[in-house]
Amino acid sequence: MSLKKIYVGTDVGSSRTKVAILNANKDLIGYAVEKSGTDFSVTAQTCLKASLEMARVTSKDITKSISTGYGRKNVLFADETKTEIGCHAKGCYHFFPTSLTIIDIGGQDNKIVKIDEKGRRTGFKMNRKCAAGTGAFLEEMSARLDIPLEEMDGLAAQSQNMVKLGSFCTVFSATEVLENIRQGKKVTDIVKGVFFSVIKRVLEMDALTENVVMTGGVVAHNPYLVKMTEEIIGRKILVPLHPQLTGAVGAALYARENDG
Amino acid sequence: MAEEKKIQRKMIKATGEMNRIMADYFYELNEAAKTGEKKIAWCTSVGPAELLRAMGFLVYFPENHGAMLGATRMSTDFIPEANAIGYSPDICSYLTSDVGAYIKGITPLSKAYKGIESVPKPDVLVFNTNQCRDVQDWFAWYANEFRVPLLGIHTHRGVGDVGESHVQSIAKQMQAMVPSLEEISGNKFDLDELKRVVKLSRQCSDLWKEVLDTAANVPAPLTFYDGTIHMGPAVVLRGTQQAVDYYKLLLAEMQERIANNDAAVEGERFRIYWEGMPVWGRLSTHSKMFAALKTNVLASTYCNSWIFTDFDPEDPFTSMAKAYTELFIVRSDKAKEKYIKDMLAFFKVDGIIYHDAKTCPNNSNCRYGMPQRLEKETGVPSLIINGDLNDLRLLSDEQTKTNVEAFIEQLEER
Ligand code: SF4
Repeated sequence: MSLKKIYVGTDVGSSRTKVAILNANKDLIGYAVEKSGTDFSVTAQTCLKASLEMARVTSKDITKSISTGYGRKNVLFADETKTEIGCHAKGCYHFFPTSLTIIDIGGQDNKIVKIDEKGRRTGFKMNRKCAAGTGAFLEEMSARLDIPLEEMDGLAAQSQNMVKLGSFCTVFSATEVLENIRQGKKVTDIVKGVFFSVIKRVLEMDALTENVVMTGGVVAHNPYLVKMTEEIIGRKILVPLHPQLTGAVGAALYARENDG
Repeated sequence: MAEEKKIQRKMIKATGEMNRIMADYFYELNEAAKTGEKKIAWCTSVGPAELLRAMGFLVYFPENHGAMLGATRMSTDFIPEANAIGYSPDICSYLTSDVGAYIKGITPLSKAYKGIESVPKPDVLVFNTNQCRDVQDWFAWYANEFRVPLLGIHTHRGVGDVGESHVQSIAKQMQAMVPSLEEISGNKFDLDELKRVVKLSRQCSDLWKEVLDTAANVPAPLTFYDGTIHMGPAVVLRGTQQAVDYYKLLLAEMQERIANNDAAVEGERFRIYWEGMPVWGRLSTHSKMFAALKTNVLASTYCNSWIFTDFDPEDPFTSMAKAYTELFIVRSDKAKEKYIKDMLAFFKVDGIIYHDAKTCPNNSNCRYGMPQRLEKETGVPSLIINGDLNDLRLLSDEQTKTNVEAFIEQLEER
């Protein structure tokens, strides 16, 4: 089989669009991540172009292309679509071939997917219609605290005395944050409290099995969040090399699978 | 780009006849409200309709009106009106949309039936709390508005095995209504007339059950979405000959489909049980979404709720009390779980979807671990979707779609 055969997975999330290119050996040879913006088709195309360049291949080499994510129907170059739940399961099983609980924290939603030792899905849950426990919650809080999003991880890691935020609701949490600022609490402690809130919202969605994987953009940019989660659940958490790309890799694996 | 497949569910020929008898029903109510020639009782959907009919009332069901407000997607405009006068957005959205529509002076009946301008003014309101407490508050609001009597039956809730004491207490409450109903209607209670009506109601119920049971056939000749529309006569016309005649017609059509191996959803691959209320404003969207996945949502607790096998014309009060208490919604989780388990087996189901309807906890059976317990026991995979019966602000179509597609993918991979 020619290694020139390539498989494209495109994950159009509500916040970021990710493209992953695999060769016939299932090696990741090209990828790109961009803000999804307002025109999903164009963003997907831009990501594809960048990924092809990185992989040093051309669109003619594409054997099959599958899209996933919120904007999966907007990807003009996709032959088929799959849900992000299926693609995350597929992607994670590729990196960790055992029974898993997958926690994906995305820009506007999060999901918990369970797979058995053969990689078959046994159940899944997506969060409700609210920002609690998602990247959107972190964005809102970074705006409230007037801290750039990318600095939150470092600040949380410095906290000595975490502030507890009790509310489910993003608006109520913002009020709690303001209350803590008013009381003169340290920003580092508040940020850690914000992280803790995200983890709590996610963990209360479902019971975890033995092996836990965390994926998604929020995890990619906030490794301290994973460390905190490990402390809470009392065991090591698996994280793939490119946590933000797991869905796109899963989609590319589906494409590869269907090509015999 | 992947093309959306255009498979749709097969249309039912009897629909025209159903529309005709439903139109007659609403025009008769409208006429009576205008002329006062016949008295009108408003009744909850699983309230003592037979007794009211036997006393000579025409019977109107606000929940049916609530469902119409939902299906026509008018609800979301009216709910805030009821919220503004103190009825929370968290309570039954049938109640809030119906009361809101009344305040605005608008009804979907006007659109569907030319010449009808408003809901038919009641002479009495009769509820049964067997389904929930919301109906009591709902009817109380109208009792105050119209200055008409409010009568009610208070049913025990969370019942495990329905015992003699439950049945007797409800039968007594029904009998106790008779003097008031005689006074309001101006008619004397006639036991033979009640027996006649209960007999017709039982026939309607038996036929409706037979219709729904045809879905056990593989492939199924009907869908849950057909059920939510064709249950109209079983709700509003039970106890009449028209309803009996209609279900004979519908049953014959379903039997013909079975004989011809005619599937309601072409190429049926998966069979799903729906637990909970329909999302009224999304009936067509959901029906198309499942059909495109070659999946038939073919049975539900909801449509089965108008099956009253306990009705016995020879013992009308006791048997009505029993039938209206044996209902799924009245029962304990243990009894409900046994019921669902039986249904999953009978309808040869591949998966079960629970609708967690934000404003109806009474019909949302996924909040106390039931899906997890049932999945463990039966091995039938389950999915919970968040939504509502009427309030479209409480659902995300995109999330529903992704959840459903992922669930079907999961079934494919089994
Ligand atoms: S059972 Fe639910 S939908 Fe029906 S009236 Fe009661 S609260 Fe409303």
